Amino acid sequence: MLEIKNLHAIVEEKEILKGINLDVKPGEIHAVMGPNGSGKSTLASVLAGNPKFEVTRGSILFKGNDLLEMEPEDRAREGLFLSFQYPVEIPGVSMVNFMRAAVNEQRKYRGEEPISASDFLKLMRDKRELLGIDSNLVSRSVNEGFSGGEKKKNEIFQMAMLNPQLSILDETDSGLDIDALRVVAQGVNKLQTKENATIVITHYQRLLEYIKPDHVHVLYAGRIIRSGGPDLALELEKRGYDWLINP
Amino acid sequence: MIEQQYKDLFQQFRSELDANSVEGLNRHRDSAFDRFQQIGFPTSREEDYKHSNVARVFDTDLGLNLRNIPMPVNPYDTFKCDVPNLSTHLYFLINDRYYDKTLANDPLPDGVFVGSLQRFSEDYPDIFNANYGQIADYSDNGVVAYNTMFAQDGFVVYVPKNVTVEKPLQLINILRGGVDLNVNRRLLIIAEENAQVKLLVCDHAVDDVHFVVTQVTEVSAAAHAQVDVYELEENSSKVTRLNNLFSEQMEHSHVATSAITLHNGYTRNNYRFRILGEHAHVDAGGLAICDGSQHIDNFAFLDHAVPNCTSNELFKTVLDDRATGVFCGKILVEKDAQKTQAYQNNRNLLASSTAQMFSKPQLEIYADDVKCSHGLTTGQLDEEALFYMRARGIDKDEAKLLLMVAFTRDVVDLVRIDTLQDRLAMLIEKRFRGELMRCGNCNVCK
Repeated sequence: MLEIKNLHAIVEEKEILKGINLDVKPGEIHAVMGPNGSGKSTLASVLAGNPKFEVTRGSILFKGNDLLEMEPEDRAREGLFLSFQYPVEIPGVSMVNFMRAAVNEQRKYRGEEPISASDFLKLMRDKRELLGIDSNLVSRSVNEGFSGGEKKKNEIFQMAMLNPQLSILDETDSGLDIDALRVVAQGVNKLQTKENATIVITHYQRLLEYIKPDHVHVLYAGRIIRSGGPDLALELEKRGYDWLINP
Repeated sequence: MIEQQYKDLFQQFRSELDANSVEGLNRHRDSAFDRFQQIGFPTSREEDYKHSNVARVFDTDLGLNLRNIPMPVNPYDTFKCDVPNLSTHLYFLINDRYYDKTLANDPLPDGVFVGSLQRFSEDYPDIFNANYGQIADYSDNGVVAYNTMFAQDGFVVYVPKNVTVEKPLQLINILRGGVDLNVNRRLLIIAEENAQVKLLVCDHAVDDVHFVVTQVTEVSAAAHAQVDVYELEENSSKVTRLNNLFSEQMEHSHVATSAITLHNGYTRNNYRFRILGEHAHVDAGGLAICDGSQHIDNFAFLDHAVPNCTSNELFKTVLDDRATGVFCGKILVEKDAQKTQAYQNNRNLLASSTAQMFSKPQLEIYADDVKCSHGLTTGQLDEEALFYMRARGIDKDEAKLLLMVAFTRDVVDLVRIDTLQDRLAMLIEKRFRGELMRCGNCNVCK
């Protein structure tokens, strides 16, 4: 579903990604781990199409299409979803209007009719219940006044609403307590199917107790320096990153 | 000099002026004329008019309907205001004249007078004389002096002691003319002790000529009174609107004003609030959405003369293309006004690189136990928020629109008429989409 080849990317003249190669197939969960500053969030931003980041070399194919040629909104409509590390607050834009606009954009892109008001409310209710999310989270402006945990839950809620094919979770566990972590992880697991795929970007192994990856990659200084199975995450938990960086 | 033609006009047609008005208004003309001769129209050499050369606006040939030649118009037929079906008591001013064929509204509470300024001055001379020309001050304002010289009629809202007018009043100011026209309107809003009233004023120009409108509104709120004045401007780009609102309020009163300009040509709003009694409160809001080469200048002067009062100003501007916005917020906290709390907030959004905003907070604080703050930002849309929305599939233009509408939310929230709030939110969105509804036959707004 996703083929990243030799990806180099810069931000403000500084090269952060120095040749990433990654293949993600439907049904898979990939964990991308690494110390701070290794380029994990940059990778997420580049995949989502953040204009602050410039790709200087390499290619990314998403479902066979050239992702780098696509505007951020088209990538989302094609089924790519980024759960932000620091979701921004948008006072004055209600969650309801925001989600309905997003859902309808997808439907329009696929040649479908816009969702009816009652169907939309039902969809929101169903997804809330699925994830165990409080109704007051969706009756306000986007992320306004939300705690860190609430923001992350809101990201997963949006993921449920948009039903993406490739989800990228950028440090979804940062700033969460154990209970919030569990809710978020359960949500992600519930949304998982054989057709979609997830890239979990995380610093700690903790989230991977709940979201079990098929493949684990270690990103350091803009390159993937080791890939392995779920055991690699356990090893990192025990030994840290140092043994890989300074062998 | 620009003023000369108007001085000549005044002197030449003085008898017509008086004959088509009433004594209550006529007796103010001489001293207003004296003052006008001394100060003239404001020019950009004056600090408070630095970005709005009002004098220049009068440097053109304008007709003046001194003889009150009636305008053939039935506002109910020819006009459909953008805020219809609001449950309000509805009235019209055709240029400066009260439209006396207004269809019967629901009855107003006993003692309430809503209608023509001329009529009010004749039926309630004492109250009229105690207020008309007493709250407005033309000593430093040539436009107010000019208006006092030439105003012949207007609109009055009078609410006696302890009376609450439940339904909002709505005044539709219609500008009609076959030639370029100067119109001078007066509004008088008097709320006695513990009275409550809300007034919505909608400005619309119906004809495709150049209008220069001066308006002076005097608001008197007695102790414990509550007065809300909301102004909605949807004029063509050929309208110059010079609006002056003067308010004086006594203890425990609440005055709330909000001026929303959705479409205009050239607008200068002057506000002067004087808080004369303790534990009183002012909310002053403003929102202007301008593009093309539209011009909006909001000038607010708030005088805290006594202790324990609070005020809150929120003025926002959205500018696109080559539009110009100006804001000056003067707050004076006098020496004895201890425990004053005054908050001023001016936020401006520039949607193009050619739009310009000039903003100046001015706080003069002479008391030492007060809480005053001012906040001012002029900037562009939040890039992070834009990207967040695009990352959810919302395209760039739609995301910008959602953010611009969100920007206006808190000013709209200040309007204390719920149905109007909803209507405004819808109108604002239409404005951003370039779909502002035409007012009946008006096809000037493009």
